Amino acid sequence: MFESLGDRLQNAIHKIKGYGKITEDNISDMMREIRLALLEADVNYKVVKEFTNTVKEKALGEEVASSINPGDLFVKIVKDELTELLGGEQADICLKGNPAVLMLVGLQGSGKTTTIGKLANFLRKKHAKKPLLVACDVYRPAAIDQLKQIGKQLSIEVYDEGKGNPVEISKNAISYAKEKGYDYVLIDTAGRLHIDEELMDELENIRTEVHPDEILLVIDSMMGQDAINVITGFHDKLPLTGVVLTKLDGDTRGGVALSVRHLTHVPIKFIGVSEKLDGLDSFDPERMAGRILGMGDIVSLVEKATDAIDEKEAEKTAKRMQQGKFDLEDFLSTMKQMKKLGPLENILKLLPGAKKMGLTNVKIDPKQLAHIEAIVLSMTPKERRHPEIIKASRKTRIASGSGTSVQEVNKLLQQFDQMKKMMKQFSNGNMKLPF
Amino acid sequence: MGLFNKIKTMFQSNKEQEVNEKQDISVQQEQEEVKVYEKGLSKSRQGFVSRLADLTNKYRTINDDYFDELEEILIMADIGVNTVMDFIDRLRERVVKEKISDPELLKEVIVDELFIIYVGDEVLSSKIEYQENGPTVILFVGVNGVGKTTTIAKIAWRMKQEGKKVLMVAADTFRAGAVEQLHEWSGKVGVSFYGKEEGVDPSSVVYDGCQKAKEEDYDVVLIDTAGRLQNKVNLMKELEKMNKVIQGIIPGGPHETLLVIDATTGQNGISQAKAFREITNITGIVLTKLDGTAKGGIVLAIKEQLNLPVKFIGLGERKEDLQVFDIEKYIYGLFKDMM
Repeated sequence: MFESLGDRLQNAIHKIKGYGKITEDNISDMMREIRLALLEADVNYKVVKEFTNTVKEKALGEEVASSINPGDLFVKIVKDELTELLGGEQADICLKGNPAVLMLVGLQGSGKTTTIGKLANFLRKKHAKKPLLVACDVYRPAAIDQLKQIGKQLSIEVYDEGKGNPVEISKNAISYAKEKGYDYVLIDTAGRLHIDEELMDELENIRTEVHPDEILLVIDSMMGQDAINVITGFHDKLPLTGVVLTKLDGDTRGGVALSVRHLTHVPIKFIGVSEKLDGLDSFDPERMAGRILGMGDIVSLVEKATDAIDEKEAEKTAKRMQQGKFDLEDFLSTMKQMKKLGPLENILKLLPGAKKMGLTNVKIDPKQLAHIEAIVLSMTPKERRHPEIIKASRKTRIASGSGTSVQEVNKLLQQFDQMKKMMKQFSNGNMKLPF
Repeated sequence: MGLFNKIKTMFQSNKEQEVNEKQDISVQQEQEEVKVYEKGLSKSRQGFVSRLADLTNKYRTINDDYFDELEEILIMADIGVNTVMDFIDRLRERVVKEKISDPELLKEVIVDELFIIYVGDEVLSSKIEYQENGPTVILFVGVNGVGKTTTIAKIAWRMKQEGKKVLMVAADTFRAGAVEQLHEWSGKVGVSFYGKEEGVDPSSVVYDGCQKAKEEDYDVVLIDTAGRLQNKVNLMKELEKMNKVIQGIIPGGPHETLLVIDATTGQNGISQAKAFREITNITGIVLTKLDGTAKGGIVLAIKEQLNLPVKFIGLGERKEDLQVFDIEKYIYGLFKDMM
């Protein structure tokens, strides 16, 4: 929805092509674009100010090498600075205690309970150790119930004492964990406002009682300028060891990540990327920089792809594509592979230049894909290998077999034909990528 | 007379009326509500108004630095980047045209202009339109964690106080514990509840809930839906389906679709409003969690760009902590210290 910084820069950049040096004059447009884009990404106003000043200083006087144009150099400076600001390198989670204790805190609705389930799942997978969940949100109706259900889904035990005193509960939970040989204790606390003194004291009391190895602040990535008040509010009261940024599967740019790092120096350790219990990723500053800039995230894409795609299968398909032999059988297998990557629109967004190609607003209805799949599956193997033999009566059969109409079958065949032509162009090297 | 003065006199005359013997109930109630706004927004006000006030003290004349700082203050309130930029441009124009050089005077112009952004040139209604025949269906939608379930509880309680027969329907069958959460609330506020187990198709819950409401003659049906991020197409489709199901049973329903937005939300609030409006007929916004330090300024941008009014605001976690939105009281609550 917002024009990304990447696109805005592109517009400003072509104006300064051909300059041999970046000067105050020729970058003033770009500085303005950067400023607006960062503000639209909800980066804290003060951080934006400092950031633009640093970038300007670094960029000024920088000689432009003959191989690149001043615009590209400028973009590189911006991205490097942004990555630096986001923390440079990934920060690991520290789990020394026995049991290691993690405590999750945050505002109401930031996603603590879901995150705690994801985190336990993540740690169990990564370290092959036994986690225990502790229900200390005794205020919100059914919060304990929610944690218990998550525990059930993951087959991880949840320790709870009903609506008791959170400080006592967490203390008892630790002795319980020691007794039963749990390695990790994850404490879920109630959502609270950073200005609620009574409840903030409660957190402090839990902390002094259980000495957590990690105190993670859970923050909604859609947060606006108030984030800074929240972060400093929690940080002043509790020695935070890290931040978890949630709901990044939405279309927010997540500029709050920049503010967190820059204003508190607390590292972001995890990001939440789906509602499912495996939707937690380690935080990667460089990728986040790309996201805030809207520059696409080819690394994520490749990583996702390598996770999901069977390499041999992909190679086979690619070869057939090059030879112009791509048929509906290959199409089907490609579709199955793509499905493993998750919703297509998310993948499209990761492509650099997606915006230029008009791909960011593409909405793909998973049902439509299911229809296409049904149509292809209703064909005989021979038909899939040689789509040209599909004539009227075959079309009628395929349509009734897949519960669609002849028109839809026609449409698919036409589209497939076009796709094939495009592929040929592609492999002949006639088609240029738009970026 | 500008709004600044209007509000100022309005609330000050209220104070005078306190000593007036002939105090009717509506005035008393009005004053209660003003107090709630004042108190609820006290944290939001801090930092915002004090900075605006500082600005006035700091600058003897209005210059570029003044505008820069003003822009910063407004952006920090999440009013929305484009809205703020336009706002500043308009202000600059007025300053030139009306030859204003004293920041003291500009203060009033600022409040006026903010009001204009919100009101535009139309009369706004934050009233819920109740149906004369059959139940009034209100659907609550929004992204995850904004406070839909709690808001329903508060609105149910409010409507119950008004003597309405209220049914809550738990159509968030996705999030763990969501059905139970609404169920607990129904007990607390004393209204009826309809729900099934988790994981069932939410449309089926909506279907049965609406049937029940029709058969048992409820006045209001409040439907809780699962939080959904606005870019998830299949979840948005699910909302479309629910709408059809409601219409099938109760023609014309849902009569209201309220988009719940967290006051701490930044620029993404605009994207939320746009996307939800494409799928459902959003009739208003509930702005939650205003009792924190967030200013919820994004509603100004949403109103300006999409013309969606705020109907209720949430000012706490208790069932009473909900107010019908009133722009004049809201602005008074925010700018009280400046008046």
